[in-house]
Amino acid sequence: MSLYRAETRRLTKRRLTRIFVVLALLALTAVAAGTALISKQHTPQVLAAAQADADAAYQEQLRYTAEDKKRCEVDPAQYGGNCDNLWQPTQQDFPAESYLPPIFDFRDGFPDMVVVLAALLALAAFVVGASFVGVEWRTGGMMNLLLWRPQRLRVLSTKLAALLVGLTTLTVLTAAVWTVAFWAIGKYRGEVGRLTSGVWQSFGLTGLRALGLVLVAGALGFGLASIGRHTAAAFGVALGVVVVFQFGLGAVLEMAKVKFAQAYLLPYWIGAWMYKKQEVFDYNAPCDFSATNGCEPPMFTITWQMAGGLMAGVVALVLIAAMWTMRSRDLT
Amino acid sequence: MTAVLEISGLRKTYRGRKGVRNALDGFDMVVEAGQVHGFLGPNGSGKTTTLRTLLGLIKPNEGRMAILGREVPKHLPEVAREVGAIVESPQFFGNQTAETTLSLLADAGDINRNRVYSVLDLVGLRDRAKERVKTYSLGMKQRLAVASALLKEPKLLILDEPANGLDPGGIREMRTLMRDLSAAGMTVLLSSHILGEIQLICDSVTIISAGKRVTSGSVSEVLARHKSGAVRVRLEPGVDLGGAAQLLRAAGAQVDLGADHFTVGNASNPAQITKLLAERQIYVSELTPVAADLEDVFLELTGTAPVEGQNRQVDQTAMSAAGKGGWGQ
Repeated sequence: MSLYRAETRRLTKRRLTRIFVVLALLALTAVAAGTALISKQHTPQVLAAAQADADAAYQEQLRYTAEDKKRCEVDPAQYGGNCDNLWQPTQQDFPAESYLPPIFDFRDGFPDMVVVLAALLALAAFVVGASFVGVEWRTGGMMNLLLWRPQRLRVLSTKLAALLVGLTTLTVLTAAVWTVAFWAIGKYRGEVGRLTSGVWQSFGLTGLRALGLVLVAGALGFGLASIGRHTAAAFGVALGVVVVFQFGLGAVLEMAKVKFAQAYLLPYWIGAWMYKKQEVFDYNAPCDFSATNGCEPPMFTITWQMAGGLMAGVVALVLIAAMWTMRSRDLT
Repeated sequence: MTAVLEISGLRKTYRGRKGVRNALDGFDMVVEAGQVHGFLGPNGSGKTTTLRTLLGLIKPNEGRMAILGREVPKHLPEVAREVGAIVESPQFFGNQTAETTLSLLADAGDINRNRVYSVLDLVGLRDRAKERVKTYSLGMKQRLAVASALLKEPKLLILDEPANGLDPGGIREMRTLMRDLSAAGMTVLLSSHILGEIQLICDSVTIISAGKRVTSGSVSEVLARHKSGAVRVRLEPGVDLGGAAQLLRAAGAQVDLGADHFTVGNASNPAQITKLLAERQIYVSELTPVAADLEDVFLELTGTAPVEGQNRQVDQTAMSAAGKGGWGQ
C-alpha cells in the first residue's frame, strides 16, 4: 500500500502530468465556452428575427428573378430559349428555420460532447501514461526504485494501477462537471429536451465507454514506453500507427480495392466503440438492390463489442509484453 | 567476523554482434561486518556489473551471492530493507525538491518520512531541502544520493563513486561520514577511483580486473603483499647522478632522476645496484626501499599504468605483462 501511495504521489507531483491535465481541461473549457457562445435559445424575438430574415431573403430573390426575366426577354438564347422555364421562388423556399441561430440540444447533442471529452482525455492519458514510466526509465528513477523494492513486476503493476486509478478519478470528475456544464448550456442557452431515465442511462453507458477509451490510451502509452524504456518509444509507435496504418495502409487498401477497406482503419473502430456501431461500405462491390432503398453498396457493421474486444486484446498484448520485458531484461 | 556480503564464482556474459564478452568471470568477494571495504578496478573491469548483479538489477549466468547471510536474488526483497545503495550517479527529477524526492522514496520503502530531514542534515543538505534538485551542483546531487541510501538506516551501505563531483571539503566530509557510519556498526562497500581516499578510509579492499578478483584483504596486507620493488638511491656528494643513472639504464634498470637522488623502479635485487656502481668507483650513500601505496598496487595488478608513447584502451588490462619478474634477477 505504501508503494501505491508513493506512486500516486509521484504521478500527481509530476510536472508533465499537471501540464497535460491542465491543457486538456483548458481545451474542454474552450469547447464548452464556444458551444455556450454559439448556442442561442429560440425565443419569440429570435423566431421573429429569423422570419424577418427569411422574408427579406425571399424578397431579394424575387427581385433577382424579375431582373433575370427582363434580361431573358431581351436575349432568350442566353437562358435556354424559353423564359417560362425560369425558376420562380416561393415563400416555402425560404423557411424561417434556415435563418435561426444554432441551438445546443442537450438530449441530442450531449453524446457528441462525451466523444469530445473522451478524445481529449485519451490524448492526455496516453502522454501522461507514457511519460510516467518512460521518464523513470530514462533518468534511472526506475533503477532507484527497484533498489528499494526489488520486485520488478510488483513495482510496474503498482505504477500502472496508480496511473489507471488516477485517470479514472480524473475522467469521472471531469465527466461530472462536463455533464453539469452542458446541461446548464442546454437549459440557459439552448434546449434540454425530454430527459427520460432511458436517456440518462444511455449517457451513462456512453460515459463508461469514454472512461474505457481513456484507460486504454493511458495503459497503451504506459506499456509502450515501458517496453521501449523511453517516453519517445510510445510516441514513436503512435506516430508509426498513424502514418503507416492510417495513411499508408488506407491508401494501399483503397488502391487494392480491398473489401470494406475502412474496416482496417482505427478511427472507425474508435467510432464504433463510442457510438455503439459504425457502418462501413464496400463501394467497389456490386450493389445490393432492394425494392425500398434501390441500389446500395454492401455494408459491414462494426459493433462496440467488436471494438471493445480489439482494444482489450491490444492492451493485453502490450501490457503482457511490458511485464515480460520488465521481468526478464537486465537493468544496465 | 561475520560476512555481511559473500560473492563466489559470479559470472555474467554478454552476447553481442562481436561475440561473447565476460563482464564477470568467476568473481569472488567477501565483506566482513562493520568494515569499510574498498572495491577497486579499472573502467570496464566489472565493478558496476557486480554491484548491479548483487542488487538484483542484472541476472548472473552463474555464481552464488549472499547479503546478511541470505541468498540473493532469491531473498533480495526481504534483505533490501537492510541495504542502502547508490549505483553510479543516480538521477533525480530536477523539478522536485530534495525533500519530495526523499519522501517519495520513504513512502515506497514504507519508511517514516521523519527520517528525511535527519539524513539531509547528515549529508549537509538540510538548509537546501526545499530547493529543486535541478538547482543543485553535481556534488550536492551526490550528497542527495548518499542521503537516499542512508534513509533506510541500512546495515549494509553500497556506494558507487560517492565522492564523484565533491569538492575537497565534501570529500573529507564523506570520509568522516563513512568512518562514523562504520563506527556505528554499519558495513560500507565503497567503489571508488580515488585510491588515496580508499587507502585512508577502508579497512579492507578487493581489486577486480577483467571480471576477476586479482587481490583482496586488509589494506595493510595487500600493500605488504605487493611491495613496489623500487628503491631510492643517493650517492656521495659531488658524484655525477646522470652518469650513474645512465650506467644503470644501460644494464636494464628503470631509473627516474631526481634533484639529489634517483629511483630505480624495477629493483627486485638492490644488491645489483651497489655492485654495478661500485665497479665504476661510485659509492652509494643511501639505498631505501620505496613503500608501495594502493595506487601502485592497483596499477601493477590491473596492468593499467600509463606507458609512454602508448594509448591504453579501456579493455586493455594486460595483467600478465606488467609486474612479472624484474630487473636484476
